[in-house]
Amino acid sequence: MSAASADGPLVLGIETSCDETGVGIVRGRTLLADSVASSVDEHARFGGVVPEVASRAHLEAMVPTLERACEIAGVQMWELDAVAVTSGPGLAGALLVGVAAAKALSIGLGKPVYGVNHLASHVAVDQLEHGPLPEPCLAMLVSGGHSSLLRVDDVTAKIDPLGSTIDDAAGEAFDKVARLLGLPFPGGPHIDRAARSGSSVAIDFPRGLSSGRDLERHRFDFSFSGLKTAVARWVEARERAGEPVPLADVAASFQEAVCDVLTRKAVDAAVALRVDDLLIGGGVAANSRLRVLAEQRATSKGIRVRVPRPGLCTDNGAMVAALGAELVARGRPASSLDLPADSSLPVTAVLG
Amino acid sequence: MLLAFDTATPAVTVALHDGEQVVAEATRVDAMRHGELLAPGIAAALSDAGVVRQDLTAVAVGVGPGPYTGLRVGLVTARTLGLVLDIPVYGVCTLDVLAAEAVDGGTLPDRFLVATDARRKEVYWARYDGSGERLEGPQVARPDAVATDQPVAGRGALLYPEVFPRQVAPEHPSAAVLARAVTEEQVTLLDPEPIYLRRPHVAEPVRPKRVS
Ligand SMILES: [Zn+2]
Repeated sequence: MSAASADGPLVLGIETSCDETGVGIVRGRTLLADSVASSVDEHARFGGVVPEVASRAHLEAMVPTLERACEIAGVQMWELDAVAVTSGPGLAGALLVGVAAAKALSIGLGKPVYGVNHLASHVAVDQLEHGPLPEPCLAMLVSGGHSSLLRVDDVTAKIDPLGSTIDDAAGEAFDKVARLLGLPFPGGPHIDRAARSGSSVAIDFPRGLSSGRDLERHRFDFSFSGLKTAVARWVEARERAGEPVPLADVAASFQEAVCDVLTRKAVDAAVALRVDDLLIGGGVAANSRLRVLAEQRATSKGIRVRVPRPGLCTDNGAMVAALGAELVARGRPASSLDLPADSSLPVTAVLG
Repeated sequence: MLLAFDTATPAVTVALHDGEQVVAEATRVDAMRHGELLAPGIAAALSDAGVVRQDLTAVAVGVGPGPYTGLRVGLVTARTLGLVLDIPVYGVCTLDVLAAEAVDGGTLPDRFLVATDARRKEVYWARYDGSGERLEGPQVARPDAVATDQPVAGRGALLYPEVFPRQVAPEHPSAAVLARAVTEEQVTLLDPEPIYLRRPHVAEPVRPKRVS
């Protein structure tokens, strides 16, 4: 079996936890294909992901996305050594489409299926770009649904949460502030772009859980709800006064507040745990300011930063395949065919 | 060797038909676990019949109407198996499968109904003639809007006896019946596309938490 070959196992990964239908194919730590069909346009007018719309789109996109991934990779399905799929956390109905497809592949190919944790996949994907993951490492995952700091001792078996958001996710704050500023959904890329011509120190927006008793109790937790409200109040006050809203300055100052808190806490955690490597993943990791600030602050403490390229940070099938390949390579047991989709799978469960 | 299954109702039903007869069949009723039951059900049917996956020549799948989450499990499974085994996938209206069994089960008058649970206090329904030919539907409606003294098959009849006083078997579809109906060309074959009958419920925009 090619699992034992120098190139590593040939694994196909399926990701359907939210609105992207992703199919990736890897051989060991080499990316062969990363095919993604997104239903984001269908959700844009609702300002957020509508679960039933996402689930319907996953069903329609599944076979074409599987075909495209195989074509890009130049791989025949029967050559695969294993199939991996996100079994949680995520939207229940959306997850179920991917899990059922993965099981059908498993039956049709006579190959094992691995149900994997979406968050662990966000960590594992970096191996496709930067090689073997240093273990232990600290991972900060930031996206529209999650903001968490994780200690990763073994990406296939041991991941422990240090902290997470106590209200809104970082990406959610980007979406909400974008809507406030009349920018389209999803808000992250639009805020990033608008912020480039603005001043990050124009407005002093609050940094959640960053001082005094909050910091003592929630050293590695995040809060973005207060920030979002502060931006809303500031913009409304401007409008009431009949003054123009300096969109670029608001975007830059808001973005700075988010990135300031994220990077400060991540570096603090790395220092506290004496971990030398910080990995940043999830959709918000594509933010240009976050990358720069993380690099600056980590380097000053002797910490190395790894951020996958933006296309690998957002949800995709390659990250699932990457984790699947690592599970196969490390001889972890496969899932059984009654694998459930678990919308609230804890991050400590790498395998579903 | 035809593999047949339906997940559009609380039943997860799987069968294999070798062209002559049904060689394996199993049905489990559990409305919450379609995703967990279907694949093991298929694997068990194959092993019970001593059939390997390479023996399969076609897939038949119930395309609903039915509650969406379960329905999609069957459809994505069928389509993916069709892709990977390079075999055709036939869709059949789930209500037609119930009607075929009702007709097999005994003498029915010239008109009867099939009604399944559409949740939200509604039923999916279709009307058939005595030979099992579909005359109306499938549609989704409040039970009282399709109240009838004609016989009614399907779980809808059991759920709403006040408007469907003449209940007849079966309650749930059977993949064995589906397989036979397809093999014997007794039902209309459709593309494996889901019959939803409702638009996504998006009146109030919801903001689910994304996961990272
Ligand atoms: Zn994600």
